[in-house]
Amino acid sequence: MSTAVPQGRRPRHLTIGRIGVYVFLVTAALFFLLPLWIMVVTSLKPMDEIRLGNILALPAAMTMDAWTKAWSSACTGLECNGISVGFWNSVRILIPSVILSIIAGAINGYALSFWRVKGANVMFGILLLGAFIPYQVFLYPLVRIFSMTGIYNSLTCIVLVHVIFGLPTMTLLFRNYYAGLPIELFKAARIDGGGFWSIFFRVILPMSTPILVVATILQVTGIWNDFIFGLTFAGRENLPMTVQLNNIVNSTQGERAYNVDMAATMLAALVPLVVYFVSGRWFVRGIAAGAVKG
Amino acid sequence: MSIRAPSTSSSGTKARRSARTRLPAAVALLPTALVVLVVYIGCMLWTVRLSFTSSTLLPKLDWFGLTQYTRLFANDRFVTSAENIVIFGALFISGCLIIGFLMAVFIDQNVRGEGLFRTVFLYPYSMSFVVTGVAWQWFLNPGLGLQKLVRDMGFESFTFDWLVNQRMAIYTIVIAGLWHGSGLTMAIMLAGLRGVDKDLWKAAKVDGIPTWRVYTSVVLPLLRPMVVTATVLLATGVVKLYDLVVAMTLGGPGIATEVPAKFVMDHLFERNNIGLGTAAATIMLITVVIVLAPWVYTRYVRPQGRHT
Repeated sequence: MSTAVPQGRRPRHLTIGRIGVYVFLVTAALFFLLPLWIMVVTSLKPMDEIRLGNILALPAAMTMDAWTKAWSSACTGLECNGISVGFWNSVRILIPSVILSIIAGAINGYALSFWRVKGANVMFGILLLGAFIPYQVFLYPLVRIFSMTGIYNSLTCIVLVHVIFGLPTMTLLFRNYYAGLPIELFKAARIDGGGFWSIFFRVILPMSTPILVVATILQVTGIWNDFIFGLTFAGRENLPMTVQLNNIVNSTQGERAYNVDMAATMLAALVPLVVYFVSGRWFVRGIAAGAVKG
Repeated sequence: MSIRAPSTSSSGTKARRSARTRLPAAVALLPTALVVLVVYIGCMLWTVRLSFTSSTLLPKLDWFGLTQYTRLFANDRFVTSAENIVIFGALFISGCLIIGFLMAVFIDQNVRGEGLFRTVFLYPYSMSFVVTGVAWQWFLNPGLGLQKLVRDMGFESFTFDWLVNQRMAIYTIVIAGLWHGSGLTMAIMLAGLRGVDKDLWKAAKVDGIPTWRVYTSVVLPLLRPMVVTATVLLATGVVKLYDLVVAMTLGGPGIATEVPAKFVMDHLFERNNIGLGTAAATIMLITVVIVLAPWVYTRYVRPQGRHT
């Protein structure tokens, strides 16, 4: 904006309409912030204050006890080691799943965009349709297959599942991005005698940074927030944070410690929230790119 | 589009050479091809096949005809699930589109703190449904949350017990869903609004058309692709609706908030009724195919010779 030419609409003074706009936006913002506010203040209150007090009020006697308890000693069923167990499980699931699914998507997208392989388009079509099919249609046979191969309920199993069900989105993402790259680049590399892998690693991959960022955002939030696969395939030793959170909150015997529940909930939301705030506009791009655009 | 005309000078040696150089590409695609065959096609057919058997705890491969399906449609829990997903789907998709569009339009009015509003409206989408469910379960709990809050303000008779009310519980799921998903629609619509030609606004101003009319009659039709994208994204969310219900109500009170995905999961992994579970999964599959078919047909099948 270095020119002195006035741009956009003329700044209007406060009219009824302007006030209306702000009233609407602020009201909407309050609706969206309310649950978060309640979670934060509740997690900082002792139990008797929760029972008697106002859920919107700031804590009178602020305490971090609920947070330490949620992290290290809350009960997820029979064990009482807090949600930290789930956190580290989620990390162990997340890292290989994200890396492998992105590698798979990049290679597929590259092969589909630049190399004409017989039947590849048909395969891609089926894969895209597969993205719309409810997971419930695949789950039981998958459990049987994994049981037969002896890896059911292991880290390998859950990682494989994430890679399998990440394939449609990841492949589409990279294919669309690579289809937008100038084909001359590829042709020149071919004339220089590059083969499939050398072109991929030397020409295409170095140009893929933006889409790698988008894919990472998409997969980190998606896999971190997964509940159904973790519940079905991870096994008792590797239950992710979402499943552990649900266990803490919904399977408590006796009186529920709401402050601990809320602290655990905040802890489970922390990673995606950080990703969201750090990535900003990229986050929206990632989601929009994840939508199927033919 | 990544279509390239086949090279015109395809002499014999060249064709042979390109076939050899294409081999690594084919090998690279092989694992995905296997997954497509085994998981996306194989597991699907396997599930459909199992729905015609009398399998309970263990899969059998007998022939049970349509018995599981007749049982399914006589099953209250399933009928309720189906009704619930229709209610949820209609309200969630239309609600997200309307709220999202409104928020985008209001943000588009050159407001101050635009970035802040955008951030606030979209942050719930980054969190898991389990988190969303737990938060709303707490907020809508009559004894502790909203109802108590309003009563403490002095409105003694105020009642908001939807969460524990059989007839209304499904609507609390919708509220939590809207909280989670509206921001996404807002973001997509806003991107579309930013792409609207500035001259269009000037022309409308010259003609003296009121702003709201321009939005409804001119801008909205221009946003068609955005609406389609948002609807597709929201619809996939509807089909997957499971963890939100598990975290928020566990299908209760009674069976008031049961949904198909949960019905399938429960019957496959807890109630040991594989035949009924796979039949329900097959019904889900058929529903999705019926919804998808016209879209796939008009986009990919009818335009002859166009590759995706």
